[in-house]
Amino acid sequence: MALLDKINNPFFQEVGDLARFTGRFFREVVKPKQEWEEFINQCYWIGYKTFSLVGITAFIMGLVLTIQTRPTLLEFGAESFIPSMVSLALVREIAPVITALICAGKIGSGIGAELGSMRVTEQIDAMEVSGTNPFKYLVVTRVLASTVMVPILSSLAIAISIYGGYLGVNLKGDVNWSLYWYQAYDALIYGDFIPSMVKTIFFGFAIGIVGTYKGYNSQKGTEGVGRSATTAVIVASLLVFILDLVAVQIADVLGLT
Amino acid sequence: MEKPIIKVSNLNKSFGSNHVLRDFSLSLFEGENLVILGKSGSGKSVLIKCIIRLIDPESGEIVILDQDISLLDQDEMDLLRADVGFLFQSNALYDSMTVRQNLEFPLRRHWTKEERAEKAEAAVLQALEDVGLSHTIDMMPAELSGGMRKRIALARTLILKPKVILYDEPTTGLDPITSREINELMLSIQKKYKTAAIIISHDMNCIRMTGNRVIMLIDGKNYAEGSFDELLKNTDPKVRDFFEGL
Repeated sequence: MALLDKINNPFFQEVGDLARFTGRFFREVVKPKQEWEEFINQCYWIGYKTFSLVGITAFIMGLVLTIQTRPTLLEFGAESFIPSMVSLALVREIAPVITALICAGKIGSGIGAELGSMRVTEQIDAMEVSGTNPFKYLVVTRVLASTVMVPILSSLAIAISIYGGYLGVNLKGDVNWSLYWYQAYDALIYGDFIPSMVKTIFFGFAIGIVGTYKGYNSQKGTEGVGRSATTAVIVASLLVFILDLVAVQIADVLGLT
Repeated sequence: MEKPIIKVSNLNKSFGSNHVLRDFSLSLFEGENLVILGKSGSGKSVLIKCIIRLIDPESGEIVILDQDISLLDQDEMDLLRADVGFLFQSNALYDSMTVRQNLEFPLRRHWTKEERAEKAEAAVLQALEDVGLSHTIDMMPAELSGGMRKRIALARTLILKPKVILYDEPTTGLDPITSREINELMLSIQKKYKTAAIIISHDMNCIRMTGNRVIMLIDGKNYAEGSFDELLKNTDPKVRDFFEGL
């Protein structure tokens, strides 16, 4: 990090600052006296309030994926593979990434704007003056809540999107739920679920840490708040793709694909 | 000789090439209202943020209630902050919380859960009564006027019964009548709780009404010091410039 500081380049300085901020998160998270009440409150806001958006998107995703792939599979007489193909694609890749991108948009911008606004109106200073550690109260709770809730949202998105796929199949066919579910579930192994779940934990962490970093270090008044919210979304979305790429490579090396 | 509650010695702080505070020193005594007067950007707010350790100075010593704050760890500093209230220029009310939650917030660090359950309600009501806004207890900050927000921020400062209050431009942006009410409130708090205060201001009425002693901060230094009337009679060109420019 000291090396990054010496390089007079805003990008590397930003990376260095983000690394320092992440380091501080890990130092603060192990200190005693956690803010559990605020953590639960944030889980509610991040999880429950994002669920409807994730749910609707997941349902449409499953439906559209089925409708789009059906003609091609039909051409090869492989219509019966639709449930397994849809479930594999959704579990391994589509549902976790789309959920993370929605969360990057909603949670990342929300946290960035909220903390940014608190910074420029001196509310964070007021917390510090009152003897509360604002980093622990605002940053640690939000990052932990995001890390916990994004995998849960992703799991729910997988279930809803598979159901969406079932409706998609039945728009032009007639497959009963038991058969569809059996075929969708039969194609999956734990090796599909585990990397998917692990990467959403990292997605959640990245979204939380980038959102809080941008908001907590917001400057230059209301203009800065807007910039914090926007850059939080951009950087978090980019990190989701980079982490996904890394996760796929690791899963491949470990023979989980 | 009386011992100061706050003693600042040879404080220096720069932002890049802008040397804001140059060997600045002051002493605040028990029950006293000390006004720091200076032009915008002269470093008044930086000074009180250094005192409460929101900003770290480059050099110098700050002693509050016999404790050198540079030697305190975070926990010790947090405990000391219970004795030093801070009223922000922007009020800094937590806008996602009600007035009650705003006032209860400082208690969570300094009182146990049992103490809060037993005494928080009474403390909140007392602080609101002190500022004459008991009826706003369940309102959100956005529902309050500028003057009311200032009073609520003051109530939040008072809830821990601090020994010293640092006011950062308490009347800026308020109309003359509300400003006068805030000045009277500051005096009544001084009288009731025997608090000492450092008041950052360039509002002449505020300085005249509330200040027992005034320090003029010019060029980062404690340039002139005395009562308001003494400074008004000061013939130094920089002091005259300041008063004539107001």
